[in-house]
Amino acid sequence: MAHTGWVLTSEWTKIRSVRSTLWTLAAALVVTVALGMLISFLVRQSYDDLSREERLTFDPTFISFAGTSLGQLAMIAFGILVVSNEYSTGMIRASLTAVPQRGVLMGAKLVIATALALLVGMLTSFLTFFLGQAMLGDHRTDLGEPGVLRAVFGGGLYMGLIALFAMGVTWMLRSPMLSFGVLIPFFFMISSILANVEATEKIGDYLPDQAGSRIMAVIDDGERPYGPWTGLLIMLAWVAASLLAGYVVLKRRDA
Amino acid sequence: MIELSELTKRYGGKTAVEGLTFAVRPGVVTGFLGPNGAGKSTTMRMILGLDRPTSGDVRIDGKRYDQLPEPLTYIGALLEARSVHPGRTAYHHLLCLAQSNGVPERRIGEVLDLVGLSGVARKRPKGFSLGMGQRLGIASALLGDPRILMFDEPVNGLDPEGIHWIRNLMKQLASDGRTVFVSSHLMSEMALTADHLVVIGQGRLLADTSMARFIEENSRPYVQVRSSDPERLRVSLADAGLRPVPQPDGGFEVEGVPAARVGEIAAANGLVLHELSRRQASLEEAFMRLTHGSVEYQAREG
Repeated sequence: MAHTGWVLTSEWTKIRSVRSTLWTLAAALVVTVALGMLISFLVRQSYDDLSREERLTFDPTFISFAGTSLGQLAMIAFGILVVSNEYSTGMIRASLTAVPQRGVLMGAKLVIATALALLVGMLTSFLTFFLGQAMLGDHRTDLGEPGVLRAVFGGGLYMGLIALFAMGVTWMLRSPMLSFGVLIPFFFMISSILANVEATEKIGDYLPDQAGSRIMAVIDDGERPYGPWTGLLIMLAWVAASLLAGYVVLKRRDA
Repeated sequence: MIELSELTKRYGGKTAVEGLTFAVRPGVVTGFLGPNGAGKSTTMRMILGLDRPTSGDVRIDGKRYDQLPEPLTYIGALLEARSVHPGRTAYHHLLCLAQSNGVPERRIGEVLDLVGLSGVARKRPKGFSLGMGQRLGIASALLGDPRILMFDEPVNGLDPEGIHWIRNLMKQLASDGRTVFVSSHLMSEMALTADHLVVIGQGRLLADTSMARFIEENSRPYVQVRSSDPERLRVSLADAGLRPVPQPDGGFEVEGVPAARVGEIAAANGLVLHELSRRQASLEEAFMRLTHGSVEYQAREG
């Protein structure tokens, strides 16, 4: 049977030897941090215009994560490319002849890609927090305040999980175009529209990104029916479902 | 040794491969011949476990593909469709495959040398010509030094020098005692390389025989003869107990007789001959006769 250690090494070689995938990780970091800094800076400039109510729920940690909404798209792109590359190039045929145990191949790829996404996610999360706080000036918070470390650590987890979710969906859809076409509009528009329209708010709250991003908020604005860790669990359920669906498709269909 | 038993693959209502049973033995080059769309690539993908058979079974040295401990060290395959990431260097492509099967890294240099790609080891295959891509595919197949090799249409897109190289490589691999299974839709190509022949048409087995016997059985010799008076020639030959088959150019084909005898008959009847020659039906014709009726897309004559 396939030697799991060998397959992990092989997947590590695959991921580090293709430039395009690594660029998406770099983009996720740069976009999240830069946008987070910009928005934090703008918020400081307009802090005096905020209403009393808005000041009461002012959450400097969450504000510094404002760049995540855009940066996560690069993380999703990473998740899509890592898997769809195999199919769009035909490499999957070489990969499966080398490792015919499809579950082992999928597992090894997920482990390596997710570890990398988590690492970059954590780095991004801490960077965006510190630099965002620097931009917020007098309105900043710090890692020692209650809930802040959880939010920053959670931000890193969120980035890793969103990439993993995209990988699961792509194992199912295979084609890069199809995966981008489904995932990017979903996270960029549909989820935020559903979550912000009153009629669909209840559904929107339970979407993976909406539920998962609750972990990055320190102050509970009372708009979500769940706490930070429950939110992350909801996201985890989505991730598990996408991976299961991806595995079933990989196992059943001809390569 | 590759053994197929009652291998069948259906896509929806369409049957790609139907009840294929044959074995590919070591020490010889086995040609896998069939017109385009006959099911050759599908069969090869099933051997590798890429496509799941609808029914039937494939064994490699007695095992199912996914039961092979390090499959690349048992069987190496060059598939017709490219299976290389164009953005990953030739070296790294081979490295990730080698690592997954515990093949030592030094083997990468050896196979790159063998296929003549050492100079572009650090280059990305997106800039490779068709022939170089094919060589990289062959390097991947040879990577695990396997006892069984399978090539799907390996000469497609190669220049004459490349074709010559690959023919010799296959013969060499077989003479090492390895099992070599190579597909083609060209009889002439098979005649040059294969010792054994498996012919399929529309997914069904049409022949499983040695090349020598196939040639003997199918390349019937005949005499071609032409005269200024075809009608009298026909009658004379018929009177001598022969069966002349008229040709569009006014000549005749006569089977089962030496050319000298046809000449004598003509002379005895005072006929002037414009042509008298010994011919052999080409293997290509034999192949076409065999697969006729099992060709998926046929051009209509006339």
